[in-house]
Amino acid sequence: MPAIVEVLDLYKDYFLEGHVPVHVLKGLNLSFDEGDFVALMGPSGSGKSTLMNILGCLDRPTSGQYLLGGDDVAHMSDDELSEIRSTYLGFIFQAYNLLPQYTVTENIELPLVYQGVKLDEKTKARCEALAEMVGLGTRLDHRPLQLSGGQQQRVAIARSLVNDPHVILADEPTGNLDSRTSVEIMQMLQELNRSGKTIIMVTHENDIAAWARRVVRLRDGVVESDVRNDEQPITAAAAH
Amino acid sequence: MNINDIPPAPTPVKGGGGFGPLKFLKAVGLAVRSLWLHKLRSLLSVLGIVIGTSSVIALMAFGEGSMKDALDDIKRQGATNIVVRSVKPPDDSASSTNSKSMVAAYGLDSRDIARFQTFGKSITTMVPMRVFPSEARYLERMHNVRMIATTPDYSDVNKIQLARGRFFTVDDEENRINNCVLGAATADRLFPFEDAMGKTVFCRGDKYLVVGVASDRMPTGGTGGSQAAEDYNNDMYIPLSTANQYIGSKVSIRSAGSRSAEQVDIYQVTMTIDAEVDTKAGRQTVKAIGDQIKRLLEKHHDKKDWAVTIPLDRLEDAERQQERFTSLLVLIASISLLVGGIGIMNIMLATVTERTREIGIRRALGGKQRDITAQFLVEATVQTTIGGLIGVVVGLFLVFVVPVAPGAAAWLTQQTGLADTAAWLRTIKLPAQVNVPSIFLAVGVSVGVGVLFGWYPARRAAKLDPIEALRHTA
Ligand SMILES: Nc1ncnc2c1ncn2[C@@H]1O[C@H](COP(=O)(O)OP(=O)(O)OP(=O)(O)O)[C@@H](O)[C@H]1O
Ligand SMILES: [Mg+2]
Repeated sequence: MPAIVEVLDLYKDYFLEGHVPVHVLKGLNLSFDEGDFVALMGPSGSGKSTLMNILGCLDRPTSGQYLLGGDDVAHMSDDELSEIRSTYLGFIFQAYNLLPQYTVTENIELPLVYQGVKLDEKTKARCEALAEMVGLGTRLDHRPLQLSGGQQQRVAIARSLVNDPHVILADEPTGNLDSRTSVEIMQMLQELNRSGKTIIMVTHENDIAAWARRVVRLRDGVVESDVRNDEQPITAAAAH
Repeated sequence: MNINDIPPAPTPVKGGGGFGPLKFLKAVGLAVRSLWLHKLRSLLSVLGIVIGTSSVIALMAFGEGSMKDALDDIKRQGATNIVVRSVKPPDDSASSTNSKSMVAAYGLDSRDIARFQTFGKSITTMVPMRVFPSEARYLERMHNVRMIATTPDYSDVNKIQLARGRFFTVDDEENRINNCVLGAATADRLFPFEDAMGKTVFCRGDKYLVVGVASDRMPTGGTGGSQAAEDYNNDMYIPLSTANQYIGSKVSIRSAGSRSAEQVDIYQVTMTIDAEVDTKAGRQTVKAIGDQIKRLLEKHHDKKDWAVTIPLDRLEDAERQQERFTSLLVLIASISLLVGGIGIMNIMLATVTERTREIGIRRALGGKQRDITAQFLVEATVQTTIGGLIGVVVGLFLVFVVPVAPGAAAWLTQQTGLADTAAWLRTIKLPAQVNVPSIFLAVGVSVGVGVLFGWYPARRAAKLDPIEALRHTA
């Protein structure tokens, strides 16, 4: 399987008060294959979200390379990064991040608006089919505040799929949900992965990480461990 | 259902997003929806725009209305007319006073008429008139009239409208017939109960057959100086030749309570110039002839016992006044639109802060900076445009309500028994004339204010760091 996401010697520094540098990511080397399902774990502050933001083209590394589908993303313009997000990536957030003034259908179709696609019957049919797939076929005209957290996260999953992304990035998708609903969401993600989607997910919980095929642990900005759930652990040094 | 059963995703448009014309209506629709979430706030924030545009529309209408009033007045006098009148010279003490009687002789006479005739075709009509303040009688009824001896053209030149009958004719004039036409008030006073037509009126010892009655008309406004306000309603018109024959070509007029008498041959000559009043060239023609007439009179009259009035001058005065009024209006409008614009900017900055999270979401889902700019710019502009439209409605409401307000107030005060106040209220006239371009201007400027003052908040929204924006808790 070819690597769809690859980071080489990735560094990320933040600058506090202008000059004091905080080294958050310290030379990461990671390679995720197409069709993989990766759980990113690690203690709070270890740099998981920072890495996800870079992988999601929302932020740029201080140094190092990020190859997405073989292309180096580091030197792209803001507009080009927006286009990559809109065509290549799907996002699922811990806080669902739906737009409260929009209906379920409108929330799902939002990424298409930014693709410059003309919204018509066909796109509408796709959005409604996605809503049905996540079990919300009867709630198309509901607004997010009329839905439970689990239902909102399903809408977010449908939204992340509407542009047929190569990679789905989920930062603590079950962080706000109870265990039963979490299981439903994970089943859904597993189903997606089985049908070919690459998923990179951050989680704090071992039983959530257990749904993934591969678990990468970060600590203080470096890879602490990297194991395949069905295999023996592989060490950080051997990961690449 | 499996992901593979879902209808396929559309092909993304390369370099898509942004702000195409096709998306415009959709964007407007979305903006209206966001604004609808905060109806009252949106309305309050465009109050400045509403006040600005409504005041422009209302004030323009009232300015236009009074301008039109002035214009109508001038047109009643004849916009291409030149009026030459006899006036009492400032120093009439010695020279011209006839030593035997106390009669002061001054003013225009038939020689002046002959001089004016040298202008030939450029003067289409020339109407001399003599005026005799007189008592007109019918049976035991009496009315102080302004007896005007003139030519048949007077009717056209002074835009006399007849309620009944006819004005006297060239035939009457040539044959010195004792026919007369009565002003509305004159007819009313002499013939309160019967039809004036065909009756005989006594005046200055002669009888005149009534052949026509003029309709009631608004007096023309005076300009001060040489042009007195004219109230046509108390007139009585007779042919000039008839007057010359029966009253004489030289008549002393003794005004009541004065020991001196005045002898004025021709009271006034009204000339209509062959010119288009709506063209600059036409106006120049009228002015040029006016200047020539003044020079001619200066040359032949020792004293300044004449005055030339050109109604067109008043038109230009009125236009200058309108211009001043308009620039004042522009000032008021600019100030209120500036205040309105700042109001919009303020509310848009607040909106951007409030919706930081939304901006982050849109950016994460592929929205470009220009998408965000467009979204907030459209929202600001939709808001100001709606404000502008509300302003138009309010302005038009004022335009239609204010002119009838004094009448309504008069009616109310009449009901409560305050007759004096009611009468006073009735004299208030607020003519209004809707200026259609001002409506488009007002709406156009409202759109402009939205774009101008929405720009900065929209750029600020677009430049937010997506990660920071997503992390924003509101
Ligand atoms: N904008 C920023 N400026 C300065 N420091 C930052 C910034 N963003 C993150 N950091 C720091 O980077 C480190 C990693 O943060 P990050 O959010 O990636 O942690 P995380 O692994 O996602 O933690 P959690 O599990 O709590 O979500 C933290 O020490 C944090 O304080
Ligand atoms: Mg995190």
